Amino acid sequence: MSSSTYSLDERHRQLGLTDGEYARILERLGRAPNDVELAMLSLMWSEHCGYKHSRRLLRRLPKEGRHVLMGPGENAGAVDVGGGLAVAFKVESHNHPSAVEPFQGAATGVGGILRDVFAVGARPVAVLDSLRFGEPSSSQRSRYLLDQAVAGIGHYGNSIGVPTVGGEIYFESSYEQNCLVNAMCLGLAPHARLIRSAAAGAGNVVVLLGALTGRDGIGGASVLASAELGEGDEAKRPSVQIGDPFTEKKLLECCLELLDRELLVSLQDLGAAGLTSAASEMASGGGVGLTIDLCQIPLREADMEPFEIMVSESQERMLCVARPESVGALLDVCERWEVLATTIGCVTDSGSLQVLHRGNVVADVPVSVLIDDCPLYDLQPEPPSSDLYSSPGAVISGNEPPADTLLALLGSANVASRRPVFEQYDPIVQSRTVRRPDEADAAVSIAGNGRRVACDPRRGAAEAVYECSANLACVGAEPLGLTNCLNFGNPEKPHVAWQLTEAVEGLAQACEAFGVPVVGGNVSLYNEAPTGPIFPTPVVGMVGKLPSAARAGRMGFARVGDAIALVGPFEPSSVGSELAKLRGQAPVGELPAADAGALRVVHEAVRARVRSGAFRSAHDIAEGGVAVALAECCIAGGLGASVRLPRGLDPFGEAPGRAFIVSGPAEGLAGFVVIGEVGGEELRIEDLLELAVSELREARDGGLAELV
Amino acid sequence: MKFGIVRFPGSCDDVDALQAATRVGDAVLLWHADHDLQGVDAVIVPGGFSYGDYLRAGAIARFAPVMVQVEEFARAGGLVLGICNGFQVLCEAGLLPGALLPNLSLKFLFRQVELEVVRGVGPFTGACETGERLSIPVKHTTGRFYAPDHELDRLEANGQVMLRYTRGNNPNGSLRDIAGVCSEFRNVFGLMPHPEHAVDPLRGSVDGLKIFESMRAHVEQHVLA
Repeated sequence: MSSSTYSLDERHRQLGLTDGEYARILERLGRAPNDVELAMLSLMWSEHCGYKHSRRLLRRLPKEGRHVLMGPGENAGAVDVGGGLAVAFKVESHNHPSAVEPFQGAATGVGGILRDVFAVGARPVAVLDSLRFGEPSSSQRSRYLLDQAVAGIGHYGNSIGVPTVGGEIYFESSYEQNCLVNAMCLGLAPHARLIRSAAAGAGNVVVLLGALTGRDGIGGASVLASAELGEGDEAKRPSVQIGDPFTEKKLLECCLELLDRELLVSLQDLGAAGLTSAASEMASGGGVGLTIDLCQIPLREADMEPFEIMVSESQERMLCVARPESVGALLDVCERWEVLATTIGCVTDSGSLQVLHRGNVVADVPVSVLIDDCPLYDLQPEPPSSDLYSSPGAVISGNEPPADTLLALLGSANVASRRPVFEQYDPIVQSRTVRRPDEADAAVSIAGNGRRVACDPRRGAAEAVYECSANLACVGAEPLGLTNCLNFGNPEKPHVAWQLTEAVEGLAQACEAFGVPVVGGNVSLYNEAPTGPIFPTPVVGMVGKLPSAARAGRMGFARVGDAIALVGPFEPSSVGSELAKLRGQAPVGELPAADAGALRVVHEAVRARVRSGAFRSAHDIAEGGVAVALAECCIAGGLGASVRLPRGLDPFGEAPGRAFIVSGPAEGLAGFVVIGEVGGEELRIEDLLELAVSELREARDGGLAELV
Repeated sequence: MKFGIVRFPGSCDDVDALQAATRVGDAVLLWHADHDLQGVDAVIVPGGFSYGDYLRAGAIARFAPVMVQVEEFARAGGLVLGICNGFQVLCEAGLLPGALLPNLSLKFLFRQVELEVVRGVGPFTGACETGERLSIPVKHTTGRFYAPDHELDRLEANGQVMLRYTRGNNPNGSLRDIAGVCSEFRNVFGLMPHPEHAVDPLRGSVDGLKIFESMRAHVEQHVLA
């Protein structure tokens, strides 16, 4: 191709493709793509769909494990939990839409991850959220984003009847422009109902289920998700989809009934890049072609152009393949659930995605070009030569008495009670929830502290794995699998590439050491504003198995007279800690090292003793160090405690996932470092502080309530 | 004793109610589009967001085909329990007095609340003592009970106010702390708290079971006997 072609034809640049990528398209197609084809290719080759800057790196993550039923590449990963049941789960980002329109962005983030889970045949039984915003005390925008994103998550999850059982929120100024909204969903399925997305069987029928196709979300994957945010984002609002949980509720029940009746060959949700992506992935998975007639697709606006129909990101739609003889029964089930179902095409053996409109072929692209030919780039990582993130403003001086330090930490936005947020979510619908938020760490957990990853990407990312495993250990659950969402800045910048590479290495090493496979996930790059990148934020979601729900552990001290022990190799430091932030220190420095193999043994020991009842409470030590962990155990149990910390231990230093505060009868704690006893109405830490539990609670309850 | 739980499109706590009712008797789901109550002894209209509740909570479900039979059943003296969205639907249908308005906070709220049994007699609270405290969760956006003053006076005089939020526990601004009311003939009862989510010690409280036990006792003594 001569370079003059490019100057004549700049459509591809407007769609986010580089000149090199366009040349590659010309070469692979052997001709110039028409407008419809180019729109489709620009989306499939976007970072969001094609993972072109991250795919090679993600190969580093361990994916094998004896419990794994479905790994990366499906709509969601799935693990065996015994008894013929599988748990499917995935975490996904909806960051850019939420930064532009937080209510709908967050709501459709939940809607999208729910579809991923029921697309594999699992009934969604739990949602968790991982949210990041700017500082709420100083930023009106951050309070608005928090308020609206939480309302949007509640709107969707509550209305569709899936409990929101947990989550995490951090506030840091680096998220001021780029908030993060990651949603994780967990579903339950009998093994026999699990279904893959691969289309099969030439002559089989392609049926579109669910909502009408409209102009919403056009180009969302390329316009929003694969570029930095900047001025003029208001104009991108039409690229944000609108959620309709009622339609999805019907779609969910309908799809599960179709699967129970064995009426489907394959099922796929429509997410980013809409029909283009769903059809390409189904065809690619099965090594077949698909022909789709756009005139059959029910439209919200009659005059939609073919490319608009192909890339629309209208929500609450699913694509399925069925045998011709099943179509009648399929349509009957859909009618009963009042779900729109339309035959829009068929499976072919051409290997191409062929699109018809009014009798004309408006696109005909080999599926291999759409999926396999997407260019993959090697990152050019380089450690940053100077500090990337500035110091936050100091909130406390560092000279105050330890009691005041503890109260300041408990009231800080990152540590304070999440009650004002989780009270807006329904955590109990479906009657499967045995521990509500604030009662325990969880059998499904989500973690990822960006400030610590900013300090030390490799150890910080590994800590997210340790912390999830520690949370599971506290309720007595054994890790089965992990999903992750990598939220980073622009990977084309060497220092972001370095953060990403180091973080993936940290995750991989921790997963290998703990024997936890990665069964799926999502990457969200280009989270940058003119002021710079977000903290590198790998969010880890881990699912564990709890043999007896009746024995699920709690975090609160349970009985006066119980001994309290510090379990685990705990050598915390102030680097990257919540206290360092309150004192105005920048996120720099090396995090404490960890022997992951030894840590795994500690987690197993805690798990076994929670299960046996030897520990009546267990809580991992995370933000704010051992002092905050002790305070949280007192608040949750409504009981005081008297302890003496080991000599030289920094009461506010952090090393997440390494150690636990446990309590129980003294004989059950034999062999552990007993540091005190439960009782009284105060938390007393010898030679350090003495505070009434009511005072601790007040500080912790007030922190976020004043801001929401 | 057979309970029937109505399933509208958008019902969310239908299976929860089914499981709770199964603890005290038999229970079946009743499909919204069928004109058939399958010979049940009591009907439960469950929580959720029937038809999305995009118009006004309960306003569309009230016109569902199955509601014709539910209304007939109620007017003939059959026991009908409305929980949360079900309470809203029964108010819309005119089977219960008053209306449910958006919470004063205008936000969805989930919280375990304490209730006082105003009257421990009748088909829905007969298994409770008058003045007994129950711990049951609420979860709703539209749960503020409202009726004009003279209507509230009349309800109280008639003994139709069955449950109140205890002092400091009113989660939504309901007038006179009303959490549950019954119809004039006491056979239709609606409440915003979710008794079906308080039936299992593993999940925190079993106080809600008393509502279902009251219904069973009433049916066994007065209907099946």
